[in-house]
Amino acid sequence: MSRIFIDVKDLVQRIGVQEILRGFSIPILRGETLVLLGKSGGGKSVFLRHLIGLMKPISGQIFVEGQDIAKFNERELEPIRRKIGMVFQDGALFDSMTVYENVAFPLRERGERHEATIARKVADTLAMVNMGGHEKKMPVNLSGGMRKRVALARAIVSPPEVILYDEPTAGLDPIVSDSINKLIRRMQRQLSVTSVVVTHDMVSCNHIADRVALLHEGKVYFYGTPEDLNRTKDPIIRDFVDGRSDEVD
Amino acid sequence: MNFLSALGAITLAFCAYLGQVTELAAETFRSVLAGRIRPGLVLRQVSHIGFGSQMVVIVTGAFTGAVFTAQTFFQFARLNMESAVGPVVSVAMCRELGPVLTGLMVAGRVGAAMSAELGTMKVTQQIDALRALAVHPVDYLVVPRALAMLISVPLLVGECIFFGMLAAYLVATKVLGVGAAYYLMNMHKFTEAKDIFMGVTKGFVFAIIIVFISCREGLHARDGAVGVGRATTEAVVIASLAVLIGNFFLTMALNIFFPAGVSQ
Repeated sequence: MSRIFIDVKDLVQRIGVQEILRGFSIPILRGETLVLLGKSGGGKSVFLRHLIGLMKPISGQIFVEGQDIAKFNERELEPIRRKIGMVFQDGALFDSMTVYENVAFPLRERGERHEATIARKVADTLAMVNMGGHEKKMPVNLSGGMRKRVALARAIVSPPEVILYDEPTAGLDPIVSDSINKLIRRMQRQLSVTSVVVTHDMVSCNHIADRVALLHEGKVYFYGTPEDLNRTKDPIIRDFVDGRSDEVD
Repeated sequence: MNFLSALGAITLAFCAYLGQVTELAAETFRSVLAGRIRPGLVLRQVSHIGFGSQMVVIVTGAFTGAVFTAQTFFQFARLNMESAVGPVVSVAMCRELGPVLTGLMVAGRVGAAMSAELGTMKVTQQIDALRALAVHPVDYLVVPRALAMLISVPLLVGECIFFGMLAAYLVATKVLGVGAAYYLMNMHKFTEAKDIFMGVTKGFVFAIIIVFISCREGLHARDGAVGVGRATTEAVVIASLAVLIGNFFLTMALNIFFPAGVSQ
């Protein structure tokens, strides 16, 4: 079995007249946690959406276990999507359903009809993300951190091989962010999944990353370990790592 | 030249819109043929669309039947043709007023709700979440609504016709003093099963028009709350206009199969 699970080659994407990705290439290894850093609006989330077929590239290839999913239509993508879970930035929970129904949704859609099995799996998964006891709540009554935890539970209840996280700590306080980071680490240990995390949070990056990529001007500017990233003297990377802008006071 | 390019742009936009609605209908048809039907969701939609729309359809049908009867009576009384009120009202309710009023009421009540719900799901990434969970949005969102509309709207048309005719009978005989026996005899003589078939057939077609326009608007919503509002307004306006315009062509076409008054 190849170590490369997802192989992205020369991805080009435009939104309006702006070229967001300009020949973006990156391998994603089986079982690793890859953190993709970059400025806000730089195309990180756009890239993530390509990995699950929510967007089609203008050109380039996305190989998932050797199959180029860039050419797949919506129906052909379904078997691939069953292997990949995605945690959206604001959770994207179904607001007409309770927490329980949200987490049970993938199980029911994949043919599980035995209510006791569904209830057990939902309870186990909610316990994993420390959300036990909130089953009857509606998404509108949850805080930002709780929504992300439920979204993660929904993504892992039918265990995927890859989890994509879109800004998992954005808008959260440092303590909740830390608990989400620990959760991501725990998911990797317990489920041995491959994780791709899009963020601009350096604390989160140092905590969870096995490998880091920095997206700059639509291309991978840096690819390596967190230690390499923190040691580098490249001014563009240093500005990002140290959180410095060009603006004068 | 500017006028021509503007005309060309409008024509292209119209063709693209028609193409998107047709593509949505075709995808829904393929899903139904493939058996990707969720009976629980269909029942829930039947309850929401059919059961929930009854009051508005009954009130609309009844009061339109009543006022149409009164106006027809005032004119026909000058010609001493009061007993002709029954057939005029009943044929008009069956062939035109019942289906068109039901179509407009359903477009307003259900079409708006559908586009708002789907539009909100679209702008809050819930539809992307469905896709990410390997659930096709057409299978989960459009198929149950389309089937529920096909079941509900013809029944609502029947209900609108029935209450329109009942109100017409009560107004004519109890308020305006038309003889009940003459009213019923003439109504029975000039109203045929084909008139009801025509109304119900229109109900099927209007259901298709409303559901696919409303779902298309919802699924293409963007730009947040403003976009959802825009999609909802457009769904109601476009579906209502499509019902009214489609009704004319449908009347001309269906008159070939259900000709008015030929057997009398």
